[in-house]
Formats: sequence, structure tokens, C-alpha cells
Amino acid sequence: MREIINTEQTLGFMKLRKIAAAFSIILLIVSITSLAINKLNFGLDFTGGTLIEVNFQKPADLNNIREVMKEADYSDAVVQAYGTERDVLIRLAPRNNVKAQELGDQVLQTLRAGIDDKIAVRRIEFVGPNVGDEFVIQGGLAMLVALLSILLYIAIRFEWRLAVGAVTALVHDVIITLGLFSVLGLEFDLTVMAAVLAVIGYSINDTVVVFDRIRENFRKYSKLTPLQTINRSLTDTISRTLITSGTTILVLLALFFLGGQLIHGFSTALLFGIFIGTYSSIYIASAVAFWLGVSREDLMPTEVEKEGADLDPMP
Amino acid sequence: MLNKYPLWKNLLVIIVIAVAALYALPNLYGEEPAVQISASRNAELTPATLDTVRSTLQQENISAKSVALENNQILVRLKSDKDQLAAKDAIIDSLGDSYIVALNLAPATPSWLESIGASPMKLGLDLRGGVHFLMEVDMNEALEKIQNGMTDSLRSQFREERIRYTDISVDGRDIELTLRTVEDAQQARSFLDNRFQGYTLKNNDADSKQVILHMTEQKLKETRDYAISQNITIMRNRVNELGVAEPLIQRQGANRIVVELPGIQDTARAKEILGATATLEFRMVDTDNSVRDAINGRVPYGSQLLPMRDGPPQLLKDDIILTGDHIVNASVGYDEYNRPQVNISLDGVGGNKMSLATKDNVGKPMATVFIEYEATGTRDAEGNMQFKKNAEVINVATIQSRLSSQFRITGVGAQEAQNLALLLRAGALIAPIQIVEERTVGPSLGQENIDRGTQAIVWGFILVVLFMMAYYRKFGMVANLALFANVILIIGVMSMIPGATLTLPGMAGIVLTVGMAVDANVLIFERIREEIRAKRSPQQAIHHGYDSAFSTIADANVTTLIAALILFAVGNGPVKGFAITLAIGIVTSMFTAIVGTRAVINAVWGGKKIKKLSV
Repeated sequence: MREIINTEQTLGFMKLRKIAAAFSIILLIVSITSLAINKLNFGLDFTGGTLIEVNFQKPADLNNIREVMKEADYSDAVVQAYGTERDVLIRLAPRNNVKAQELGDQVLQTLRAGIDDKIAVRRIEFVGPNVGDEFVIQGGLAMLVALLSILLYIAIRFEWRLAVGAVTALVHDVIITLGLFSVLGLEFDLTVMAAVLAVIGYSINDTVVVFDRIRENFRKYSKLTPLQTINRSLTDTISRTLITSGTTILVLLALFFLGGQLIHGFSTALLFGIFIGTYSSIYIASAVAFWLGVSREDLMPTEVEKEGADLDPMP
Repeated sequence: MLNKYPLWKNLLVIIVIAVAALYALPNLYGEEPAVQISASRNAELTPATLDTVRSTLQQENISAKSVALENNQILVRLKSDKDQLAAKDAIIDSLGDSYIVALNLAPATPSWLESIGASPMKLGLDLRGGVHFLMEVDMNEALEKIQNGMTDSLRSQFREERIRYTDISVDGRDIELTLRTVEDAQQARSFLDNRFQGYTLKNNDADSKQVILHMTEQKLKETRDYAISQNITIMRNRVNELGVAEPLIQRQGANRIVVELPGIQDTARAKEILGATATLEFRMVDTDNSVRDAINGRVPYGSQLLPMRDGPPQLLKDDIILTGDHIVNASVGYDEYNRPQVNISLDGVGGNKMSLATKDNVGKPMATVFIEYEATGTRDAEGNMQFKKNAEVINVATIQSRLSSQFRITGVGAQEAQNLALLLRAGALIAPIQIVEERTVGPSLGQENIDRGTQAIVWGFILVVLFMMAYYRKFGMVANLALFANVILIIGVMSMIPGATLTLPGMAGIVLTVGMAVDANVLIFERIREEIRAKRSPQQAIHHGYDSAFSTIADANVTTLIAALILFAVGNGPVKGFAITLAIGIVTSMFTAIVGTRAVINAVWGGKKIKKLSV
């Protein structure tokens, strides 16, 4: 059989728990500091404003476009190439004297008059400032509700120490993923928000698989210490963890390179989130549960359950 | 015997996948250009209309794939985009104004699939191209208008009742009345008590000169709902004018309206029309001059000839008695003989104007004119949109007595009364509307998004399939079959759910599901390997592998499903599109990866003597 890692011997994952903890704490501090100082580079969805993506027939001269925009009194316009040389993205902050819904068309007219009348509109987006604020609140709320529901589910299905471990790992993943976007100044829009929430979904999936094995092994091996049990469980699940992360990363690479500009942020957040989520489900979730003193007694079945390898098989 | 599925389980797997495949099938046929015709206001689609359309196409030498009348619409399917445009212009010319003619893309689903209700997935605006508007109704304005109308009517009623007041002012939901004396206040209280529906007395202190009339929660909600539904009605009328094939106009939350216009090309025009205002005017009918002369071109000075909606043209005086913005409300009522009538309330200023104008005109006819601004589709030298002012007489009624702020129009049919009330209210938009979010996607970008999303799905799929084949050999191939079935299931389910829409983030959700769906099989196969290492027989290994992996898979997927469902409930736009495919993918992948692969593995390996497993 082909193996990624030889798992006959129990691997000493937990030996590294202090180093991993230190590493994670550093990452968290860097992320939080950057989030506090640099903030997130919120996209149009959250800040409000107008965005116009246009397609030129010839490669576009960005400086010329900036010049034309400035002359037409749009000096706050941010002009950038988008994906290809012929696609240009123009952003404008909300303004008072113009009806927001007309701004996009006005800019388009300016460009058609000043540069080329064959410019094609790819998209126009306008988000009012209040709507943007609502998206922030909604997104934050979604994240909070998701975390609480998962905490509750694991506390009921498993045990509260494991639930706290899992949610700690999730918060860890979210903060560090947000931190990456803050440090690199990548744009944070609604699709990235969706990706961060998907990271929560992915990371919890990984963690639950490990926890399931921890519960099973606590019941199976009565002689092992909690630390040994956790190490054994991580060893049992490591190939699966790496393979699933591997296949997920494969498809995300396809999405990153082929999915186009619109979902670049999305795939970036997920790619990074999968790495950090895999790491945290191995080193953070179990370590936190260990520090909270999870033990064999906590995980013995209170009722007869049709689970585990030694019980009656399902039909 | 170990590892044999009963017949019903095998059948279940086959039937589920076959049904999903059947409903996923329409997505392969694509769409064809079409022209869609529906009736506007007073017209009706009949077989005769169908014949007109057919003969028009014949005259213009346009060959249509099919012309059919269904669901109150005529759908003309054509062979090319060029034919589509030509057909649209020809049909507009021959049918005239009473019909809405729109370009559309009709799914080219074969009729045998259509007969079982199969249709392709609905594509989101980011994939189809089109405009999405989120509009907000100004509720403060709506409340203020209602409250101002109320204070006006209080003033006049207090005068009639001889209750002396010093001040009446509005503060949000409260109307604060300051009376001359404590006695006046008491009189006011007993007068106001339970007199006005939707208002309660808040301050009942007998020694105070102040009385507060408070709008109830119920009335506030009614006001809001009314403002929203009024705006939705107006939006619907305007969208009809745009000739969009499948528009969506929907309330969202307490004070917002979503308008989605798929496939529209001229977005600037859409915005101008949706943002335009309809107004209403009351004018006297010119009875001194002959309508016939006016029709023949001799329109007298100071008068104007205007078309009437359901009748001959009318000659009206140029002077406007009153404009529609003074109308506070218009509703359908019935008189003592149960004949329908339209009750109209004006604000204070409007009441005075009406009263002055009708004083000397009792017995004469008065006309109600409805004015809408319609974009003509042409631009002037500066590139600005040209508007056509459409004025139309919607009602002529004889003034029976001097009118005030409350009057009624009688002598109308029940249906006409409904329409008239609606139009009167439309002219008196109680709350202005504002676009707070707009997303326009050009048609080229939409197609590009489809291509990119499809490419990402295909390549992600190929990569995972290759990996599984290399790592798990024959069992990997079984997992790959399951993965393929899973994609079919997702597409089938998305096509079956009426409200589900595929968006670009939704396609990203499918890609992610492809990556994560093999997880269940990885868990099972790793378990089987463990069992083999523990020296179990191959059959035992398969059996125990599936069983012990089951609870892990269930727990892991339920937690992910929780996250997906919360995304769907709380998120909006791109987030929702992503959540729906993710959630469907989680559920379908559990079925294909657990039940589906087991069926194949049982059929191939189950119940036989085998020494070695290819896992």
C-alpha cells in the first residue's frame, strides 16, 4: 500500500504543542496588530461607492485614463488594470452632488468622449454607504452565529472541552486569515467573507474527524494516558487529513488560476485558510482540549451507542 | 452474506442518480434566441394575436422555429440573434403599443423533458448579464406625509367643533396638540377618543392643556406596507414598459425593494425609466369648444386635446386645478346603493385649491390626467436621454357640488374603480424611492464567468480524479464514479429547486465540493486499510471500514452543513449563492460517497472470495 506517512509507530505530535502554541500566538499577535493598525482593505461591498469595469479594444493607457478622469473632475478615481491589459477598473467614492445611480453612466460617457467611443461596459456596481455598513454587521453576525452553533453541536455530540478546543482553533483560523488579508493589503469583499466562512466549515470538518478518533481511542485503549491517546488519534488520522487537504488544495488551485479575477480573493482566502485550518486541527484544537484536561472518563458513552469499530456493525 | 446490498438499495441508488441525471439534462441543451410577447394594460392575447404574429413573420421572411401561446405569453423561437432583432421590430410594428415585446433566451429543452417539468438551472445576473437594483423607500417621508395629512384634518375638524387650540405639531409617531385651556383639552380628549382608527390618546392627564395623539404600531406597519406595495406596483408598471423577459420585483426586509432585470442591454435606459416619476393632474374639460374640430386640427387657444384611455380623445383646459402630489390617499368604496366609487383625500393645501376651483364649476365635467415620462430610446446632441411625456385622460366625472379635501368619484365600474384608485395613488407616491445598491453585469462578462467557472470545475475534477486513481487504484475509481454522480446530483437538484439560482460564487461552491466530497471516501478507504493492517479478511475490512467511518463522516458533515446553512440564512448576494451549492453538495456527497460507492463495491467485490483489495 502507498502511504504518505508511516503510521505504524505513534507519532509524537503533542511534543511540539508548546512550539506550535508559541508559533500560533506570534501569528495571532501579528494579525491582530495589523488588523488594528492597517485595518482591512474593505472592498466596495463594505465601503460603499461606485465601481466601473470597462473593456477597451486596444491595450489601455492607464495614465491617459487618469488624466481624462482628472479633467472631468473625478480626481478621487482609482484607476487600475484588471486581469488583462484591456480591462480597466475604476473606483469612485460616494459623492454628494451626483445621484449615485447616474455616476457610473456619467463616467462611462466621459471615457467614451475622452478616449474611445467603443468602450464596452463589463460591470457597474454601486453600493450605498448604509448598505455597506449592513454587510459588515451581517457578516460579523453570520460568523458569530456559526461559531456558537458549532460550539453547541460539539458540546452536545462530544464534550465541552473538545468544543472549546474546536472553536479556539476556528477563531484562530479566522483571525489569521483576516490577518493575512490585512498584512498583504488584499481587498476584502463579500466573496472573501464567504470564503472565510467556508474556512470555518472546512476547518471544523478536519477537527471533528480528529476528535471522533480521540473519543474512539479513549474508549478503545484504557491504558494510554490522554497525551498518548491524542498522539495515537492524530497519527491514525494524519493520512486522511493530508489527503483531503491535498485534494481540496488541488481544486482551489484550479479555481485560483482558471476562475478569473472576480473570485481571486475568494480562492486566495480559501487556499490560505485550508493550510491554516489543517495546521490548527492538528496542533491547536487537540492541544487546547488537552490543556483543559480532557480525559477518558469524559468521553465514555453514557448510553449504548452504535458507534466504534468494536460494536455491532450498521446494516 | 457479507457486503451484499439488497435489491431495493441498489435500485434506490440507480433511481436517485437516474432522476437527477434526467433533471440535469436540460442544462446540456443550452438556450436559443426568442421573442416574448405579453399583453399590457387593456390588451389580451388571443389565438388571433398568434395569427397576426405568424403572418407578420411570414411577410418579413423570418422563419421561426416555433410560435406558441402558453402561460399568457407568446413565445417565438428563432434561429439566430439577427432574426431575433428583426422579428422583435416587425412584431412591435404590427401589434402596436398594447403589447410588451421583449428579447429573451428560451431554454432549448426538448419537449419530452419539458413534459416532466425539467428545466435548466436559473443563472444569476453575474452569469447572464443584467441589472440588479436594491431600492429603498423613504419611510420617514411616508410617515411625515400621513402625519401631516392627519394634522390638516385635525385643524379643520377642531374649527368645526369649536375646540380652541394654540398649536398642533408632529413629532415622529406623536401628534402634539396644545389647547387654549384645560377645558378645551378635556373637550378635545373626549372628541378624539376612539375617533381615529390607528391613533390612541397617550396623555390622559386631566389637568394638562396638552393632548398627545399616538400612532399605533398597527397603523405604522400599515403605512410602511402601503408605501412599499405602492412602490412595487409602480415599479412593475415601469418594468413592463422596459420589455424585460423575466423581471423580478420583490420586497426585501422592512423598507426595500429588489428589482432584477436579466439580460437587459441598455442599463442607462432602465435606470432612467425606473427613476422617473409619474404624476397626476386634475383639469377642467373644455365644453365651450367642439372636440371634433380639435380632432380635425383646430385646437382652440388655451385648450389641449388629450387621448383617453378607454374612449375618445378629450379636449381639456390648459389650467391645472391640482397636481397629484396633494393626494394623500385614494381607495375604493361603495355608496348606499352598493355602487363602486373612489374616495380621494387631499392634503390641506390641495383641499383649498380644489374648493376654490370647483366653487363656480358645479355641474361641469372634470378630467383626471395621468402623466408618465417614457424614455424614447434616442439621445440628443449631448448624449442625454430623450423623454416623451405621455399624458392620458383616465377619468372624466361631473362635479356634483363644491369639493373639499375629501371627495369621491362615482359612476365607475368596479374594475375601473380599482384601477383608478391605484393610478391616483401612483400619482401621489407617498414615499420617494432611492437606489441604494446597483450591480450591472455586461453580457460579455456573464458569458466569460460561465466559461471560467466551468473550466475551474472541469480541471478541479480532473485533478482530483487523477489523484484518487493513483492513490487508491480500483477503489479510487469507484470514488471517482461517486464524485461524477455527485456533480450530476448537485446540478439536478439545483435545476429542480424553483428558487435556486446558480451564480459565480455558486460555481466556486461546486468546485470546493468536488475537493471536499472525496473526503468521505478517503475516510472510508483509510479505515479499510487500517482493518487490513489489523489482519482482517478483505470482506471484513470493507464491512468494518464503512461502518466505523460512518459516524465520523456524519459528524464532520453536519458541522460543515451548519456553517453552510447559517451562510445561507444570514448572507446575501454572493454569499447566498455560494452557500446553496455548498449545502446541496454536502448532502448529495454523503449519499454518493457512502451509499453509492458501497453499492458499486458490493457489486464488484462483495460476497466473493478475494485475497487482496485494490485500495
